[in-house]
Amino acid sequence: MNTISKLIIPLFVLIVIFYAFRKKVMIYDTFLEGAKEGLITVFHIFPSIIAMVFAINIFLKSQLLETVFGIIAPILTKIHLPIQILPMAFVRPISGTASLAIMNDIFANFGPDSFVGRLASTIQGCTDTTIYVLALYFGSIKINKTRYALSTGLFADFIGIVASFLVVSFLF
Amino acid sequence: MINKIWGFFIIIGILFTCFFGSINDLNDTILNSASNGVQMILDLLPIIVLWSGIMKIAEKSGMLTKVGNFVKPVLSKLFPSLKKDSKALGYITSNIVANAMGLGSAATPFGLKAMEEMQKENDQKDVASDAMITFLVLNTSGVTIVPTTVIALRMMHGSTNPEEIILTSILATICASVAGLTLDYIRRKRKKR
Repeated sequence: MNTISKLIIPLFVLIVIFYAFRKKVMIYDTFLEGAKEGLITVFHIFPSIIAMVFAINIFLKSQLLETVFGIIAPILTKIHLPIQILPMAFVRPISGTASLAIMNDIFANFGPDSFVGRLASTIQGCTDTTIYVLALYFGSIKINKTRYALSTGLFADFIGIVASFLVVSFLF
Repeated sequence: MINKIWGFFIIIGILFTCFFGSINDLNDTILNSASNGVQMILDLLPIIVLWSGIMKIAEKSGMLTKVGNFVKPVLSKLFPSLKKDSKALGYITSNIVANAMGLGSAATPFGLKAMEEMQKENDQKDVASDAMITFLVLNTSGVTIVPTTVIALRMMHGSTNPEEIILTSILATICASVAGLTLDYIRRKRKKR
């Protein structure tokens, strides 16, 4: 599986270049043209990234989530839900690096093959940084009315987390 | 929507830290976040520039349209509002494939391109189109088949079977994607009526 995913990028580049070569496309000039467009894209997403990182950092560093989890922890232990997973589930939609850091802690404290470890791995694999992706993608084309995009995306994440819990309980 | 979230994060974050946390840390956080953001952009920049160049070649040679045609039967059902020969379909496919292979950073340029193409077919330029929402739901419910980072971390922590979570991830992803797309479909239909 790992080798396959390592081969994907080189193969993809090879096929793209080879195909264009045979179609007699001016590949070098076209590359430069596209790269310039890419630079403009980065220019457009620059402000949204700065804005999101700013807000997310302030929120995550405030310890608010930790405080809330401290309060509801006793209830969760009663229904046999591992407490450690909650911060991860909440942080996951806003920051990929923060949720990876929490997963890393879980691995270090409980081991990757524990129930929590497997659950954390599955959640990390099946959800995405929804809020961040939305801000980035919509920001890049200057859309500010996002309609039902966010709630639908978060709903999918929530179902993903519930499904992870069920699947991991059932399979292991 | 993003307006509210952004404001919420900042207001709640600052107030909570002022009452219960350390003001010094808060100052550091505020002053450092801009450079954190720049670091993130510096990580993204070369990847986006490189892949935009390569994808431009794929676009000019007609390969992107070909790939788009190949998956059109499935995608046109998911994205009924897009034009039949839309370039967006090719980019959406590339984005999903890259995501599925756990190549998140390679997927971003494709996703941004897909949004750009969909924006060209969008009537109201400041409002998200149906196709954009469907794409983002599909994208964020994470069609990950090989979660490379997770596997690498599990290996690092001495898991006896780091790949065992591939199956559970796929199963959970399917649930999340189906749930997300169903809700998206329902809401899209409700609006039309």
